[in-house]
Amino acid sequence: MRVYAVVAAGGFRRHATYRMATVAGTFTNTVFGFIVAYTYAALWAERPDLGGYDTAQAMTFVWLGQALLMTCSMMGGGFENELMARIRTGDIAIDLYRPADLQLWWLAGDLGRAAFHFLGRGIVPMAIGALAFELALPVSPWTWLAFLVSVVLGVVVSFAVRFLVALAAFWLLDGAGVLQISWLTGLFFSGMLLPLNLFPGLLGEVARALPWSAFLQVPADVFLGKRTGWDLVGAFAFQAGWALVLLLAGRLLQSVATRRVVVQGG
Amino acid sequence: MAYAPRGGGRSQAAEGLRAYRLIAGMWIRSTMAYRASFVMTTLGNFLSTVFDFVAIMLMFSHVDALGGYSLPEIALLYGMAATAFGLADLLLGSLDRIGERVRDGTLDTLLVRPVPVLVQVAADRFALRRTGRIIQGLMVLGYALVVLDIEWTPLKVLLVPLAVVSGGAVFGAVYVAGSALQFFALDAAEVQSSFTYGGQTLLQYPPTVFARELVRGVTFVVPLAFVSWLPALYVLGREYPVALPQWVAFLSPVVAAGCGLLAGLAWRTGLRAYRSTGS
Repeated sequence: MRVYAVVAAGGFRRHATYRMATVAGTFTNTVFGFIVAYTYAALWAERPDLGGYDTAQAMTFVWLGQALLMTCSMMGGGFENELMARIRTGDIAIDLYRPADLQLWWLAGDLGRAAFHFLGRGIVPMAIGALAFELALPVSPWTWLAFLVSVVLGVVVSFAVRFLVALAAFWLLDGAGVLQISWLTGLFFSGMLLPLNLFPGLLGEVARALPWSAFLQVPADVFLGKRTGWDLVGAFAFQAGWALVLLLAGRLLQSVATRRVVVQGG
Repeated sequence: MAYAPRGGGRSQAAEGLRAYRLIAGMWIRSTMAYRASFVMTTLGNFLSTVFDFVAIMLMFSHVDALGGYSLPEIALLYGMAATAFGLADLLLGSLDRIGERVRDGTLDTLLVRPVPVLVQVAADRFALRRTGRIIQGLMVLGYALVVLDIEWTPLKVLLVPLAVVSGGAVFGAVYVAGSALQFFALDAAEVQSSFTYGGQTLLQYPPTVFARELVRGVTFVVPLAFVSWLPALYVLGREYPVALPQWVAFLSPVVAAGCGLLAGLAWRTGLRAYRSTGS
């Protein structure tokens, strides 16, 4: 187990090195937060209580989105580019010889990365958002704790999806296309472009049942106190269930894929 | 263009364009080697912007107006902003990799070649897939022009393409200026996104949605308002929330030229401050 803790710490430290990039990214998250917050304010001015949120809750949703955008890698940019590159160049063969599990190894690193982005790029935009707009912040420490659990589960689901996508590199020569389609779907079905409870009818039901809703919609509803008691347990079960299914699918695909690896001597 | 001719004047600008064409052509041929991936990424680029507009349409499934504007009116703003940004992104989108180039030392190679550095960096990895954004922008613009009930005058007809092309130049200037900044702050590529992608997102919505100070900033400081807000509001016959005379809507080309000039100066300052990492 220790090795994975070291890998996770490494993932954290590695992203912490890019200080200027973190400042630049925080600036960008804040700018987008303002733009989206104003459009939502116009929307909720027309229809107060849209989607069961009041205006303060809608504003909170916006800034949670900015805080979790990098944490849950909704636009990509996590480990997947590197894993794909290693598969393409054949370096993956070295990884397979390591006395550590391939999937857990990358998961540990990604958790470290997510932890850094949560602290480095999540807190500052959220604080600025709270100064500029009236936000609905939880009062109870238990809600904060439940939110953190939900975020961790969201990161694991996000990892599991991206691991599957990265493994596609075993079959494709160039993975740029799948990566792009993957982050687009993530962006749309996570609630990042519009909260999923505003999606009408069947589209909304499908969107809320898909794994991507675990990235933002579910943690945001936990944060806003929309899911308490058994409903909270249901939220966790939803996220954990998807995490399990997708991680197992990744494991299965991994064993199929690694049979394709041919190590060339010379 | 930021490239400063050193005496040859016009002919050197033409040389720069020729070089851009050659480098871009090379990259087009190379992307065509992976045709399936090209089709997928073009479709992806197209869809990424489609999702943006779908989100706006989903908003309009709940309301009839946003900031006092109807869906077709917002489509006009959206179409103009997206097309203008798409043009800049296609031609200069690769510029945001300048920090990476400084870091890994590949910028040095470009300095010794007899082609302006700006041209080389901009044309590098020229991505034809970025036309996806332009196509989507034009489709939304087309929808708006068909659905809207506008009293067309020759001036209005002239204004739409004029604003889109000038808007592309304004966004282009933002790309160049942002890249110049990266000579000083290597990892700051994302700041550029606030003004490029952020600017487009802002311009998709009517100015009435935003705080007065923000509208002023986008009009007078970083003059993105000239890309879509001012010309589109003139076409729609609506009043601009910041008191300005009507003819200002026609200033887009002048504003674009001014921005280009400033961006060019910024680029030259950045390039002059460049010290190789020596790696």
